[in-house]
This record gives sequence, C-alpha cells and structure tokens, in this order.
Amino acid sequence: MDGVHDLGGMHGFGPVIREAGEPVFHAPWEATVVALMRSARANGVFNIDEFRHAIERMPPARYLSATYYERWLEAVATLAIEKGLTTAEELERRSERPESSRDTRRRTPTTEPAAVQSAPGAPDAVVSPTSSFRPETSAPRFNAGDAIVTIRARPKGHTRLPRYARGKRGRVHAYRGFQVFPDASAHGRGENPQPLYSVRFEGDELWGDSGEPSQAVYLDLWESYLLPAR
Amino acid sequence: MGKFHPNVDKYVVSRVRALESILRDKGLLAPDAVDRIVERYESDTGPMAGARAVARAWSNPTYRQRLLTNSTAALADLGLDYDSLVVVENTPQVHNLVVCTLCSCYPWPVLGLPPNWYKSPAYRSRAVSEPRALLRELGLEIPDGREIRVWDSSAEMRYMVLPIRPGGTDGLHEDQLIPLVTRDAMIGVAEVATPGRA
Repeated sequence: MDGVHDLGGMHGFGPVIREAGEPVFHAPWEATVVALMRSARANGVFNIDEFRHAIERMPPARYLSATYYERWLEAVATLAIEKGLTTAEELERRSERPESSRDTRRRTPTTEPAAVQSAPGAPDAVVSPTSSFRPETSAPRFNAGDAIVTIRARPKGHTRLPRYARGKRGRVHAYRGFQVFPDASAHGRGENPQPLYSVRFEGDELWGDSGEPSQAVYLDLWESYLLPAR
Repeated sequence: MGKFHPNVDKYVVSRVRALESILRDKGLLAPDAVDRIVERYESDTGPMAGARAVARAWSNPTYRQRLLTNSTAALADLGLDYDSLVVVENTPQVHNLVVCTLCSCYPWPVLGLPPNWYKSPAYRSRAVSEPRALLRELGLEIPDGREIRVWDSSAEMRYMVLPIRPGGTDGLHEDQLIPLVTRDAMIGVAEVATPGRA
C-alpha cells in the first residue's frame, strides 16, 4: 500500500538526531509491548506480515507522530480486536480503568499459558526469531547477473516493493532461497513461498540527476516483482 | 522522556496494561515473558554478539570468509542460532550502509534492539537517496570515488557491516578488539576508530 510508511527517498524529515547514551528501553511499558507482540506471534495470533500491515494501516498523521513502540502497541491492539481476542469496547473499558485491569492480572488464567513455554532445549519462541525460509518447490527463474525490471504495481495491500523501486531496472546480485511471500501472508492467503533475490539498482536509475555519485541500493525482492530485461 | 519521546501519556501505559491483561487471561502471555525480553535485550544481546563476530573475522581469515559467505555457520560458532543474516564487508573501494525504508528491520540477534534514530523517518527516507550527505552530517566523509552500497532490508534478510580493521591494532588479540567495534560501525554510519584516536 502506498502509505507514509514507505519512506524511501521522501523529503522534509530533517536531520538524523542521535541520542547520546540511549537506553535499550525508554520506559518499562516498551518492553511489555515487545513481549506482547512476540508472545502473540509465537502463539499464532498473527504472523509478522499481518503485524507489519497493521502498522501500515495506522492513519498517516498518527503513524508519523507515534513512537516506534506506540506503533507496535497500536498494531497489537488492532490485531487483538480483528482476531477476536477482545473488542474495541473491552479494550477501551480496561484502558480507562487501570485498577480493574491490574486486578485481572492477578486472576488465574482460564487456560494454561503452555503454548508460550518452550520445550526444554528448544529455542525460546518469545525471544528468538522464526525462519521465513521454505523448501524450494521450483527452480528460480533468474540467475545472478541477470538484468531485470521491476513491475509497476500499485497494490492496496501489503507489499515489500517500495515505491522508489517500481518500474526500475536492476541486476540480480544473488539468489536468497525460497521465502514466505508477505503480499499473500499479510492477507490470509497462505505463505505462497517464492524465490527471493537480492537486486542491485544504480543510484542514477533510482534518483536520476538528483542522485549522488557511485551509489547503489540493494533490495531483497520476490520473483513475482521481477520481469526479465535486456 | 525528554525530546525523544514527546507523545507518551498515561493512556498509552494503561492501554498496554489492558492488552497485557487480555493476553494473560487468554493464556497467550507467559508470566515471565516480559522479564525474559528485558533480560535478553538489556543484558544478553546488545551489539556484543556482532562485535564478537567482527573481532573474530579481523583476527582469523578463515572465519572472516565464512562470516561473509555462510553467516549461519559462522554465528553458530559463537553460539547464535540465526539463519537470515548477510554480512557485507567494507573495503577501501566500498562502504556499506544498512537501512529499512518500509519499517525498521534490524538484525536484533547480533546488534540488539535498534536505536531510535535508525527507526526515524529522517534516516529511513534519506539513507537510500542521499547516503553521502547523510553520512557527512553524521561525521563520516565518504569520498566520491568510494562506492556506497545501501542495503534496504525489504525482506526477512538482515544485514550487518563488517567494518575495516583500524590501523594501530596489529598487536591486539580478539578479546582486545571486541570493545573497539561499535554498533554504529556495524550499521555503516561510522568507521571503527584507531584506539586512543576517537
């Protein structure tokens, strides 16, 4: 979707400001949000692509004014409602009455949280990343060195082909293996894994005369984003 | 919170607490999940794992080659289970820079949690289109003749830069090199300075 999240090449955001001695978390609630997101994912409430798309669906002004973990919070809330864990009303009610939600924290869970406890020796699903690689089901269409041009799609849903790289010529740098296709996975259309390639684009192809000298951008792009070029 | 967190209000905190209680009631949140996240990112990870890999690559050419061509195996040597990392090497001819323009993808297992500036619209918008100007602002001058390769993390692949080993470190062994390697150098917004000449 052509939202404000697709920031590559935009103007007007000013200088990059680095905070000296930045802490890992700026407040305890940020760590809680990470735990909520990871736990919900590990339990199959939503997948990473649904989560990203939920962030992208935030109203543009809110997206830009929110902090990173505020965006995570909004996405977890959106998906908790859409996946039927709660309702907007219940969430609102519990948020307005923190005392009662504090009480519910002490209540015994109705079901055992067994799914989020990892088996002994297994990677901890809450703190470890999950793999998006899948077995190959066909031969990759492109080889390293092949000239390609990206499609000029403008999908309304989730996509990993950023605006600045649509309809652009590039060259396949490397084949990365079969990976889950986010454009399908974000919308309940299965994993639909495809070959993934690292593609190199020259700066002047992407930015024209505004580009800087000797610059290239590498993007990881799925096979269905690419067409052969001469 | 200061200028880096202007918008946080009590409502955010109570909303987090509400969601926490909802997930807990449904059995979807282990009692120690928050503690495990804090423990992992505040003490375990940090940029230390990445720095260890870099220091070993500087000290051992065989390891360096493996880190660049088969990072999964190279990281397994350090006790890390991570199959999605690509390590890109800085040379006198090439400087590498990592960004995620669409969200804020970052190699958490090797570098810890991303700093705020990495997630900012300013960094995400400019890193791909004007990296040289951006790096200059951040104090890193890349001459026109040295190619800049920007890695926009658009899939689940993650990127980490292997910086150039600084001069004046010939006598140092691996453990002494680790503290020289900064997070910013592994993102590509800085180079590793010669010790005592920061």
